[in-house]
Amino acid sequence: MPAGSSGTYHRRLCEGDGSVLPVGRRPVSAPLRVGPQGSRSGLPGTLRVSRGRRPCARPRRTRQVARSGVGPAAAEGRAAGISSLTMDPECSQLLPALCAVLADPRQPMADDTCLEKLLDWFKTITEAGSSLLLLQGNPCLVELLCHMLKPQDLSSRVLAFSLRLTGVLAAQEDCFQYLQQGELLPKLFGEAGPLGGAAWTSPTVRSGWIQGLRSLAQHPSALHFLADCGAVDTIFSLQEDSSLFVASAAGQLLVHILGLSMPGPAGGPPSLQAGDWPACAQKIVGHIEESLRATATPQITQALNVLTTTFGHCHDPWTQVLWVRLSPLVAGLLEKDPVPAAHSLVDLLLSVARSPGLSSSSCGLWETLAQTLSHLSPTQAGPLALGILKLQDCPQALRAQAFAVLLQPLACVLKATAQDPGPSGVLDGIVGDSMTADMLLPSKAACVGLLCRTLAHLELLLPLPQRPCPWPQAPLLGAAVTLLQLCGGSARPTSDAGRHLCALLLGCVRVQRAALDFLGTLSEGTGPRELVTQVFAVLLEYLRSPDSSPTVLKKAFQATFRWLLSSPKTPGCWDLDPHALLFLRDLLPVLQKRLCSPCWEVRDSGLEFLTQMTRHWGGQAGFRHALLASEVPKLTEQLLRDPESYVRASAVTAMGQLSSQGLCVPPAGPEHPGGQQSLLAELLHILSTDSEGFPRRAVMQVFTQWLRDSHADVAGDTEQFVAGVLQVASQDLDWEVRAQGLELALVFLEQTLGQPRSHCPCAVTPAVAAPVGPLAQALQPLCRVRLFEFAFRALFDCDRPVAQKSCDLLLFLRAKTASSGSLQESRSSPHVASVEAALQRWQAGDQAQPLGDLEPEVVLAVLRSLDLEGLQGALAESSDHVEKSPQSLLQDMLATVGVLGGNEADCY
Amino acid sequence: MKLYCLSGHPTLPCNVLKFKSTTIMLDCGLDMTSTLNFLPLPLVQSPRLSNLPGWSLKDGNAFLDKELKECSGHVFVDSVPEFCLPETELIDLSTVDVILISNYHCMMALPYITEHTGFSGTVYATEPTVQIGRLLMEELVNFIERVPKAQSASLWKNKDIQRLLPSPLKDAVEVSTWRRCYTMQEVNSALSKIQLVGYSQKIELFGAVQVTPLSSGYALGSSNWIIQSHYEKVSYVSGSSLLTTHPQPMDQASLKNSDVLILTGLTQIPTANPDGMVGEFCSNLALTVRNGGNVLVPCYPSGVIYDLLECLYQYIDSAGLSNIPFYFISPVANSSLEFSQIFAEWLCHNKQTKVYLPEPPFPHAELIQTNKLKHYPSLHGDFSSDFRQPCVVFTGHPSLRFGDVVHFMELWGKSSLNTVIFTEPDFSYLEALAPYQPLAMKCIYCPIDTRLNFIQVSKLLKEVQPLHVVCPEQYTQPPPAQSHRMDLMIDCQPPAMSYRRAEVLALPFKRRYEKIEIMPELADALVPMEIKPGISLATVSAVLHTKDNKHVLQPPPRPAQPTGGKKRKRASEDIPDCKVLKPLLSGSIPVEQFVQTLEKHGFSDIKVEDTAKGHIVLLQEAETLIQIEEDSTHIICDNDEMLRVRLRDLVLKFLQKF
Repeated sequence: MPAGSSGTYHRRLCEGDGSVLPVGRRPVSAPLRVGPQGSRSGLPGTLRVSRGRRPCARPRRTRQVARSGVGPAAAEGRAAGISSLTMDPECSQLLPALCAVLADPRQPMADDTCLEKLLDWFKTITEAGSSLLLLQGNPCLVELLCHMLKPQDLSSRVLAFSLRLTGVLAAQEDCFQYLQQGELLPKLFGEAGPLGGAAWTSPTVRSGWIQGLRSLAQHPSALHFLADCGAVDTIFSLQEDSSLFVASAAGQLLVHILGLSMPGPAGGPPSLQAGDWPACAQKIVGHIEESLRATATPQITQALNVLTTTFGHCHDPWTQVLWVRLSPLVAGLLEKDPVPAAHSLVDLLLSVARSPGLSSSSCGLWETLAQTLSHLSPTQAGPLALGILKLQDCPQALRAQAFAVLLQPLACVLKATAQDPGPSGVLDGIVGDSMTADMLLPSKAACVGLLCRTLAHLELLLPLPQRPCPWPQAPLLGAAVTLLQLCGGSARPTSDAGRHLCALLLGCVRVQRAALDFLGTLSEGTGPRELVTQVFAVLLEYLRSPDSSPTVLKKAFQATFRWLLSSPKTPGCWDLDPHALLFLRDLLPVLQKRLCSPCWEVRDSGLEFLTQMTRHWGGQAGFRHALLASEVPKLTEQLLRDPESYVRASAVTAMGQLSSQGLCVPPAGPEHPGGQQSLLAELLHILSTDSEGFPRRAVMQVFTQWLRDSHADVAGDTEQFVAGVLQVASQDLDWEVRAQGLELALVFLEQTLGQPRSHCPCAVTPAVAAPVGPLAQALQPLCRVRLFEFAFRALFDCDRPVAQKSCDLLLFLRAKTASSGSLQESRSSPHVASVEAALQRWQAGDQAQPLGDLEPEVVLAVLRSLDLEGLQGALAESSDHVEKSPQSLLQDMLATVGVLGGNEADCY
Repeated sequence: MKLYCLSGHPTLPCNVLKFKSTTIMLDCGLDMTSTLNFLPLPLVQSPRLSNLPGWSLKDGNAFLDKELKECSGHVFVDSVPEFCLPETELIDLSTVDVILISNYHCMMALPYITEHTGFSGTVYATEPTVQIGRLLMEELVNFIERVPKAQSASLWKNKDIQRLLPSPLKDAVEVSTWRRCYTMQEVNSALSKIQLVGYSQKIELFGAVQVTPLSSGYALGSSNWIIQSHYEKVSYVSGSSLLTTHPQPMDQASLKNSDVLILTGLTQIPTANPDGMVGEFCSNLALTVRNGGNVLVPCYPSGVIYDLLECLYQYIDSAGLSNIPFYFISPVANSSLEFSQIFAEWLCHNKQTKVYLPEPPFPHAELIQTNKLKHYPSLHGDFSSDFRQPCVVFTGHPSLRFGDVVHFMELWGKSSLNTVIFTEPDFSYLEALAPYQPLAMKCIYCPIDTRLNFIQVSKLLKEVQPLHVVCPEQYTQPPPAQSHRMDLMIDCQPPAMSYRRAEVLALPFKRRYEKIEIMPELADALVPMEIKPGISLATVSAVLHTKDNKHVLQPPPRPAQPTGGKKRKRASEDIPDCKVLKPLLSGSIPVEQFVQTLEKHGFSDIKVEDTAKGHIVLLQEAETLIQIEEDSTHIICDNDEMLRVRLRDLVLKFLQKF
């Protein structure tokens, strides 16, 4: 679902208090009638989304408008499933009118997502009960289907819908028979139906036809029907359809029919004799064989795709028989030059190799794979080689061959630059491969594509347990470094091929990015010292180069961090090793310059890198010394006022980290008394004034971390700090800031109540010990920082994640205090009543009135009176759950064409 | 067609093209790298420079110690800086008809050519080129004249002595032709010979060729030139850029279908991407200023400085540098900043549209308004009272040999807090810095050269598809320091022809056609006959008149009435002898039909043989042979004229006559 399309149902909910909703669409009654409101655009975890707004600022939409764009809602409906499993009387009443609308060409259905939802609903009903009863109970459905047979100007969408509905209904054999009796099925799916008419030109109809048959083909009767009406031939021809969707669906239908007609796992032993196979299967297999013998590549591709799907989905014994029969034909493809449909062939072979139904050794599969590897061009063979190496049980020789294919391009690079391809011997045998050299050198596009794919494949392979052993770490490191040098222009190849390669790769950002990623991944292994030195040198070269693009630079920073992490450590000491420290001395001036870059992405990456480094080595003397000797901390502090919000956010995080490690340099001079204090003030200033959400979110995260770590500035007067932050956060328009405020509140709460935090705050654990000291006393600080007012306000927040988080927090608090009976209940006190009344108003949207000073007793009483569990349940529902009834769907569809008559007067 | 190459500097070209009886000089760049061999001209007495030790030969001979001084292991000439002029001996420059100027950097030698060679032609250039060129010359003259130096060294130029000198003085070329700077008077006189042109304006040169300037995208008013006759087209590409900076974009389309494309003025730093360099410039500037240091940017008063100021305009707020003053010091600073704003029609589209808002096209106007950028004609005067540090100073000359920059180098060179950032690519920064060593200040080299790089050139050549490319020899091989970089050279088919200083190149180019006009009355009298569908021919009898390289066919005068021979015929009235012309034949002879016709006319025993060029028809009885080829037919028979005529008439029946 695209970001921002939060669904129309959801919008309707936000329109107001629920009274505008039509009958039957009221929200399920929730305690305190809290509707799950708010923006879904900002889901938790999405860091950089546009800033949330309160719903009151949202323009009201009319019902018609709200219903018009239901695309995303349809998907939502499908995903969540429609709750009602049987047809209720209200729906039955609406259905005839709807069928009439659908059958009426004068009333076009503007939105076919409704039809999708309707179909989903019918599927749900038929899966739960009898289709026959459904048809008999609702004759309008049969009428609708019959109506499709009349020659008229029907919309292709409705026609496709009807075909698919027929298929859904006829999936049950009794219903199939019922429809057969009325000759409806042959008429709809045979020559007499849309197949022979003008409607067939629409891909929607062709797709509906295929999907209808796909649903229908569930029982032996259906197979006979397919054979009788000649559907299989039509499906064959649809494999070449101009619409890719139709062509692909046709292929899948063939797979399905083949699977249906072949004996299942319970059946007898499969026979190799084609004559023993069912007619339908014979026909399909015959067609596949014919296609495999064809000269036209598209035909071969279709056959290969059908087989790939078959072996991927069905692992019955007959698949092995099928492979034994077809494998000579498949192997025959390798004799052609060039190998036709190579990608599909690779997919098929890997699909077969992965199929548990086939015993690979007996089918000659390994030989075919080996043969294929040697026949395909390096570009085509790469994916196959990777696939082979990922296989669990595979002959060692084949694995070695596959790995050699995968390494070929890099071996070529090493050879072209006249480097030793390594002592491991892995690259030795393949360096002379002229085919790869031919592939690499003719054009930039081919060379770049092959190298990027190779690097990506090797990167995928590296972390796998079945990666080849021994892993040629040193030559690969050498290759990655060489590639980076070639791209950066620092390589000095002496051979013609090397010079040519250099000219092709120079400044190529794609290869640079891929090589840096790969180099980063290689940091998990070790390498000879001189190679590691080269790695750091090339990384420094990239970080220094003015020509490094921002994305390349970011990757260079990431790779640098990974290599620094992997640098050998002195036992018992977490500090960087002397070589890394030397490197750091060169690196910091570069970082310094990058923090002044005019390009904000570069400043941002630089700050992120600094944060990572500080987090890891902030406590180590060597790192601290180098960092403090540089200008980096000072520059980072200046970037808190950067014009770009992302950079400000990263600077906030970096400064938070530096400060936590005591690496903030207090500004010298009398005008800055105490640098640390001024940082806290500066961050608070950002939190309350910054116009963008990201820096404010970052500040909240820093503050939460500081509170968690008992940062010196916070520890001085924690209550004042928390009170101040919560006050600012509660006013924030960004829901993530408010949610982060709740996180901070939770940390404070845990610290105050003296409990280590459980992993799941909402886990009700009544067995925990009561807090130390009287409860009221323990709750006093929470009241003083106005934590409850903040939490209650958040409980009725227009953004669901905030409300959920608050609900969790209050539930956690209630669980903590539940075991303590020491506090006197004061449910009946007038103060409690006034608080409850205020909360009612807050829920209604009027949050102007503050709660005032709350006493712990009152808080506890209010906490117990709230149905937090109910609220939690309501919040956990998807935002459109209230609206997602089949009845509502039918009403919506009728409303869009105006049958309900509610909007007739609107015209005048 | 010949090309005389007078300059060895690929970005400061000076070539002469002889084409269709015209002599066209293409640019007259002045190689100022020669000044790097001289000591800087300080604005105020510099004890350091004046106390440098004199240089003496290995054998201790110190006769040159007045002329040559030694500084940190380098030897410099202690004299007024001199410039290396284009070749003047290769071709008589008084015969040059026109000089075409492509941009203001490529006209700096103009006074030497127009004032001292007997040149009497016209110079063509666009208005911004002339105005900014004038500023550059004015600045140069001002820089040199305001610090008069009594001493003029010439002893070291003696060939026998030069051989004994250390590098690079030893290797300096043609030092005897090096000249001191021209005067303002010469500048004015030279500029008065310039005729202003606009882009796409067609200028006729003696009716022989037409020259047209096209936008080259490199600088304000910079142009490439098309030199074309009716059937030949030569493109002169000099200092072009495809980047979107301030000037109007390059006109590539008009360069298509050239017979010869002369390619000069590519980027001098092909390995440095201008975008990256601007980023580097900004980062280093911010880093220095934040640490309390000053930044010195040696630059020309026009060109890249506009783009740098624009970048800084966007950058200074983000970098927290709003309070740092920017100073632009040049005798022509004010004119340069103001001129840039008024040449709207020469600017890129974005900037042009600003004029109608109305808004100044360049944001430096706002920098000046808000007092962030201040400009001064020189160090003296207002500047000294306004000056506060840390600051950023833009000033010339980029060679660091004269101008206000010399003072700032002396002033700030001792502190490592300060930084000098080189942005102009014309001078090697290490050589420029040599007389200031040892130097504590940081040096950053961010050459910003927006001219075409080799990748862009190869794309350009693919697009415009010239038949031949001619370029300086430096472009046909990788730079010596990076011999493996095959990408740093021009790669085209057929390979580019290269030239070097003082070389004459015969361009592989043959004139095959001339355009001739036919007078209307003559044309009226023609009776074309259709030979093939779509092709008609007519015979013409006329008199060819040629004047000012234009050719006209006029009707022949009527045959003179026989006059009594009283008057003597004047030579001009001679009429060419108009013989009775035989009709012209066209068409081909279909052999089979021809044989049938022969048979019809009583010839028998005919044999036809196919030959490589056609057929031989053998009349065996008549012992005659008819040889039919594509463009000729021969009848070979033994003295039987009757038979020959008969056969000829039969042959002629198959051909058309007109």
